[in-house]
Amino acid sequence: MEEARLRELAAEFVARHDPGGDRLEFLRARFDAGLAWVWYPEGLGGLGLAPELQRVVDEELAGTPQIDVGLQGIGLGMAAPTILAFGTEEQKRRFLRPLWTGEEIWCQLFSEPGAGSDLATLATRAVRDGDEWVVDGQKVWTSGAHHARWAILVARTDPGVPKHRGMTYFVCDMHAPGVEVRPLRQITGEAEFNEVFMTGVRLADDLRLGQVGDGWRVAQTTLMNERVAIGGARVRRGGGMLGPVLDTWREQPELRTHDLHQRLLALWVEAEVTRLSGDRLREQLAAGQPGPEGSGMKLSFARLNQAVSGLDVELRRDLGYDDWTFRRSDTVDFYGRGAGYRYLRAKGNSIEGGTSEILRNIIAERVLGLPAEPRVDKDVPWKDLPR
Amino acid sequence: MTLLYSEVEEELRAAVRAVLADRCPPAAVLARAESEPYDPSLWKTLAVEIGVAGLLVPEEHGGAGATASEAAVVLEELGRGVAPVPFFTSSVLATYALVRAGETGAGAVGGLLGRLAEGRATAALVVPFAASPYRPWPSRGGVTEAGERLSGSVAGVAGADVADVLVVPVPGPDGTAVLYSVDREAAAVEAAPSLDLTRPVATVTLDGAPAARLGVVDLAEVLRLGAGLLASEQLGVAEWCLETTLAYVKERRQFARPVGSFQAVKHRLADLWLDVVRARAAARAAASGGASGEDGPDPVAVAVAQAWNGGVAVHVAEEALQLHGGIGMTWEHPVHLFLKRAKADEIALGTPGDHREALASLADVPGPVPVPQ
Repeated sequence: MEEARLRELAAEFVARHDPGGDRLEFLRARFDAGLAWVWYPEGLGGLGLAPELQRVVDEELAGTPQIDVGLQGIGLGMAAPTILAFGTEEQKRRFLRPLWTGEEIWCQLFSEPGAGSDLATLATRAVRDGDEWVVDGQKVWTSGAHHARWAILVARTDPGVPKHRGMTYFVCDMHAPGVEVRPLRQITGEAEFNEVFMTGVRLADDLRLGQVGDGWRVAQTTLMNERVAIGGARVRRGGGMLGPVLDTWREQPELRTHDLHQRLLALWVEAEVTRLSGDRLREQLAAGQPGPEGSGMKLSFARLNQAVSGLDVELRRDLGYDDWTFRRSDTVDFYGRGAGYRYLRAKGNSIEGGTSEILRNIIAERVLGLPAEPRVDKDVPWKDLPR
Repeated sequence: MTLLYSEVEEELRAAVRAVLADRCPPAAVLARAESEPYDPSLWKTLAVEIGVAGLLVPEEHGGAGATASEAAVVLEELGRGVAPVPFFTSSVLATYALVRAGETGAGAVGGLLGRLAEGRATAALVVPFAASPYRPWPSRGGVTEAGERLSGSVAGVAGADVADVLVVPVPGPDGTAVLYSVDREAAAVEAAPSLDLTRPVATVTLDGAPAARLGVVDLAEVLRLGAGLLASEQLGVAEWCLETTLAYVKERRQFARPVGSFQAVKHRLADLWLDVVRARAAARAAASGGASGEDGPDPVAVAVAQAWNGGVAVHVAEEALQLHGGIGMTWEHPVHLFLKRAKADEIALGTPGDHREALASLADVPGPVPVPQ
């Protein structure tokens, strides 16, 4: 379908559905019309089109009720592409619509106290019991678990094989008995993420995503999409984290110094070339899944966000902080609140979704083909690993 | 605007790469670097058989009327080979100046452009290679005109030693440049020992040299187009350095394992890769404007590409040298040719700092204002 026809479709949709009516009804209808994410298949909120055509729909539907990308980030960016790639037809039909409309919020149960960068060493157990699995373990750094209806979960189903082979991927019911969510206070003062304890949590086998023992491969799809989701958002020239700094710079000339000017210009250039390579990557990804190149976007995004937000605080010479109150955050917003908050929140950008160190390993080994470090854990059954 | 390569561009790249692989291995470039750096036979093949000399020449003057983006792909390949041919100085800088002069109605450029397009002559724009779009004129010296004769001296000119025709800008009214052509024989061209062995610079001295008036150009715009396309050459230099280093660290063993398996090395290479990935996007953006017959290059895209790629090429070349260890410090290993080209390119047509400074006004990020006491 070409652009003009899609634009027509979107315009027809707005004509037939009152954007001023019920928000949820509008979003459900938009999903059913295939105008949610046009690159998804027909019947699942899309039209099977190239991803870059989404722009056309977004333009036509500007000013109508929108989904909450901050609150739904994990569902949209990580759970959905994984369900699409590995889910059964029934799972896709069950989960994708409420995921997209935001009726059901998702979170991600991957990291554990003993399994961070070395995710594959995770210890949360899932034991089969007839048509169900019984899950026990502890997850950590779970953003938005306090809102979540569902989670994507990786658990160990076979401790007797090497660690990468003994995992299985599930959808976890966050309302199931035995799931306990406790807030974790962050350096910003708020609790965006949580610890999640699972004790005898029973999950039906139809919540399994992919084959038993194939959890690592399924998780790779999630992780590659996560890195694009975190680092791959389209920004305008001078936008993103630079936006507020440039506003201050232009509005308060008395704050400018030669030193800050040099550094700001250098960061402006780095932000611009990063933005351009994001545009280029998106052109390349016009069809298909993101490859390991996405890791590069997240790496540069983290570095830039940290450098720019640090410069922002320095430029303002503001010794205050907007609010240290310990509260559950409603959404994930890297650019919201005050400069101090943005600076502190950006520190997480080089940790969440794969540390910058792990991303450099991924680039070096999978993109550049450099040899892996000698390892002692690859061929040893998980249960025999030293810990 | 696309930042990807078109099919035509990929074909052009393949053709240039095949010729360079056959005729211009780094060892051959090194072997001639100290005697006769330019390779006229290689240039003839590229200029005439592949037709790169006429890329930016409009079709009515016998050229291909190609886009700047196609010339950029050739520059990537020439950068990858530090190829000793005058493509950038003759077929990009001088040619673009002539094309612009021709657009203002100067009939005299047609014949010259035709000769350049056919590879029968090469030209050089007589400006310091270190001039920038923001300071296009020499800070000392310079050329003046009196009665169709030119006098004066310009130092640091690239490509003049290998040119048949010198294209000489003389300050005109309202900041414009009046272009004159001067036969190479009518000028004294004195090559100086140069940091970049594969593209040496020379001092051009004119002493009442007979000159033909060609037309009027915006010299800053000509240099801007050159700066934008130089970013593609810098990308090519960086790519060669990265690829060669990757191959080396996979092979070189110390402590009973390839040195490329150490994280201290891998992480540096991952960072370099990311720099190069962004250099490619920047080069593509800078090359997407400025085709013949279209609007000039986008000043922001050019400044961004030069501010980024200039430093990246130098950094990748420096890292390549370091990661090669002692071998990298030898004359025999070609990495120094790329380091020297990268460092010279960093200065050519504006340093990264010059381009960042220009962005202060181009991107509305103005500098400090004096605060009243």
